[in-house]
Amino acid sequence: MSLKVMTYLVVGATFALYIYIAIRSKAKDTNDFYVASKGVHPVLNGMATGADWMSAASFISMAGLIAFLGYDASVYLMGWTGGYCLLAMLLAPYLRKFGKFTVSEFIGERYYSNAARMVAVLCLVTASVTYVIGQMKGIGVVFSRSLGVSFEVGIVIGMIIVFIYAVFGGMKGVTNTQIAQYCVLIFAYTVPAVFISLTLTGMPIPQLGLGSTMADGSGLALLEKLDGTLVELGFAEYTAQKLSTTNMLFLTMSLMIGTAGLPHVIMRFFTVPKVADARSSAGWALVFIALLYTTAPAVGAMARMNLMDTIQTGAVGSADGNIEYAKVPQWFKSWEATGLLKFEDKNGDGRIQYYDEKGLKNAESFGWKGNEMIKVDRDIMVLANPEIAGLPNWVIALVTAGGIAAALSTAAGLLLAIATAVSHDVLKGWLMPNISDQQELKYSRIAIGGAILVAGYLGLNPPGFAAQVVALAFGLAASSIFPAIMMGIFSKRANDKGAICGMLAGLGTTLVYIFIYKGWFFFKSTAMLPDNVDNWLFGINPQAFGFVGACINFAVSYMVSNMTEEPPERIQQLVEDIRVPIGSGEAQDH
Amino acid sequence: MVDKSREEYWRRNVKLVTGCLIVWFIVSFGFGIILVHPLNAIMIGGYKLGFWFAQQGSMYIFVALIFFYSNKMGKLDKEFGVEEE
Repeated sequence: MSLKVMTYLVVGATFALYIYIAIRSKAKDTNDFYVASKGVHPVLNGMATGADWMSAASFISMAGLIAFLGYDASVYLMGWTGGYCLLAMLLAPYLRKFGKFTVSEFIGERYYSNAARMVAVLCLVTASVTYVIGQMKGIGVVFSRSLGVSFEVGIVIGMIIVFIYAVFGGMKGVTNTQIAQYCVLIFAYTVPAVFISLTLTGMPIPQLGLGSTMADGSGLALLEKLDGTLVELGFAEYTAQKLSTTNMLFLTMSLMIGTAGLPHVIMRFFTVPKVADARSSAGWALVFIALLYTTAPAVGAMARMNLMDTIQTGAVGSADGNIEYAKVPQWFKSWEATGLLKFEDKNGDGRIQYYDEKGLKNAESFGWKGNEMIKVDRDIMVLANPEIAGLPNWVIALVTAGGIAAALSTAAGLLLAIATAVSHDVLKGWLMPNISDQQELKYSRIAIGGAILVAGYLGLNPPGFAAQVVALAFGLAASSIFPAIMMGIFSKRANDKGAICGMLAGLGTTLVYIFIYKGWFFFKSTAMLPDNVDNWLFGINPQAFGFVGACINFAVSYMVSNMTEEPPERIQQLVEDIRVPIGSGEAQDH
Repeated sequence: MVDKSREEYWRRNVKLVTGCLIVWFIVSFGFGIILVHPLNAIMIGGYKLGFWFAQQGSMYIFVALIFFYSNKMGKLDKEFGVEEE
C-alpha cells in the first residue's frame, strides 16, 4: 500500500474517532461546557492535560531542536516540565478550592476589582491567541504535506475540525477527545523511537538507548560517537554548552513560570473532583508528558546520528567518504521536493559534503568548497526520522496522525480558554450580567468561531510570526498571570492596586523588551536595535525576558500593596479559606 | 482555636513546599545548568552526568517530587482534620 493511501487511512480513522467522541459527549449546560462537571478522574485528567499541553511544538519541533542544539535544548525539556512542580505546589489546589471556572474570575474576586479581572482577561486572551496562531500554522503544514493539498486548504480543513469539536463538545467533549488524542500521539512518538533505538544500540527503551553503547561494534557510547562525528566535521560537540549560563537559567525559568501561568493548563485543574485530586492530577499530567519529553532527547540525538551517517558514509576527507548524490535514499528526494531540505554541489564532485565551514579549517585540502547541505529545516526531523531509519509506511502515517493530534488538541484547549474568558468574564461578569446559561453558552460558541477565524487568518498570513511568538506567549503568561495568582494565595496583604500595577508592569516591560528587538507588533522593520547578544540588556535574550518581567511584577505588586491600604476583612477571610481543602464541595453554581 | 491550628497547618505546608522547591531548583538549575561542567566529568553508562540531569534526570525527579508533595499533603490534611469528605 502506498504511503499516501496509508496516511489517508490512519489519519481518517483517528479523526472519525475524535469526532465520534465529541458528538457523544455533547455539553448540556455551562458547567459541562467549561469544566466537565468536575467529574474527571485525576489520571484521565492528567492524560487530557498532557494532550492539551503537548502541542505541535512539542511533537514536531522539539526533537528537531534537540538534534541541532544538543545540550542547549535542555532549556525546553526542563522548562516545559518543571513548570508542573510550580503548578502543583503553588497554584492548582488553591484554585480548585476556590471553585470557580476561570483564572480571571479568581483574580477579579481575590482582588475585589473588576479592573483586575479585565486586565487578567487581556493577558490571557493575548497569550492564548498568539499560541493558537502557531497551532493553526502547524495543522496547516502537516495536513498539506500528508494529504497532498495546498497549505491554505490544509488550514481550512483544520479550522473546520477544531470548530466542530470545540463548539459542540465543550470541555467534556474536549476532555474525552484529548484522552484519545494523547493515546494516539504517544504511540506515534514512541513506536519509531523504539525501533530506531533498537537498531542503533540494541536497546529497545529509547531513554536507556541514548546512554548505551553503539551496536556497530565500535565499542563507543552513542553520545560519545555523536560528539566525535560532529567534531570531526567541524560542528560543536553535541553534549557541550553553547548558550551563556545566564540565558540558560533565565530561559528555563521563563518557560517554567509561563507553563504554570497558561490559562488552558490551569483550567484543567478546575475539572477534578477534589482538592487532593488537583495535586495528584498535576503529577499524572507530568508522568504522561515526561513519557514524551524523556523520549525526545533520544529521538533528537539518534536522528542527528542517522542523518550524519547517511551523508558521511566513510572517513572524513577520504575520496569516497561521502554519499553520491545519485545514490541518496528516497526520503532525501521527497524532502528536497518540499524545499525544506536543500543540496547544492559546490565542488561539482557529485557527492554530498555536510560540515561546519567555520569549524573545519582543513576542508579545502579535501577538495571541499563549502557546506553543501545549504538547508536542513529542524522541523522535518521528527517527520523524516522513521523514513531515515527505513521503517514501514504505517509507522510514517502514524507519526503524521500524531502530529495532527498534538496540534488539534492544544488548539481546542486554548480556544476554550478564550471562549470562557470572553463569554464568562467579559460578557456575563461585566457587560451583560443578566444573560441566561443558554445565552452564555451561545456567546462562548460564537467566541470560539471568532477566535478560529482570527487565528486561521493569521496562520494563513503570518506577519513574520515564528517560534519567538510561542516564547512570547510564555513570557506574557509568566510576567503577568503567575505572579498575580501566587501573591493572591501566599500574601494576605496583596491588594487590588498592587495586583493591577504588578500585572501591567510585568506585562508592559516584557512586551516592550521583546518589541525593541523583534519589531513593534512583530513588524520587523520597526525593530529599534539589532537582535543579538551585543545589544541585549545584560546579554538577556528577549525570549528569556519573561522571568525578569515576573520579578518586576512581584516587586511592584509587593511595594504598591504595602504602601496602600490592607485588603478588606472578607478578602483576608477568603485567602484563609482557600488555603485549606475542607469544604470545597462542588463548584458553586451560577 | 481553629485559627491557631489553621496557622500551624499553613506554616507546615509552606515549609514542605519550600523544601520541595529547593530540590526542584538543585536538580534542574543546579545539576543541569550551573554545575553541568564538573558533573560531566562523571559518567553513568554512556551518559555524562550533568547532561543526564539536564535531559533525563531532572524530569524524573520533578514527577517524583509532585507525588511526594501530594502524598505528604494528604497526610497533613488528615492530621489537621481539614481533608475533604
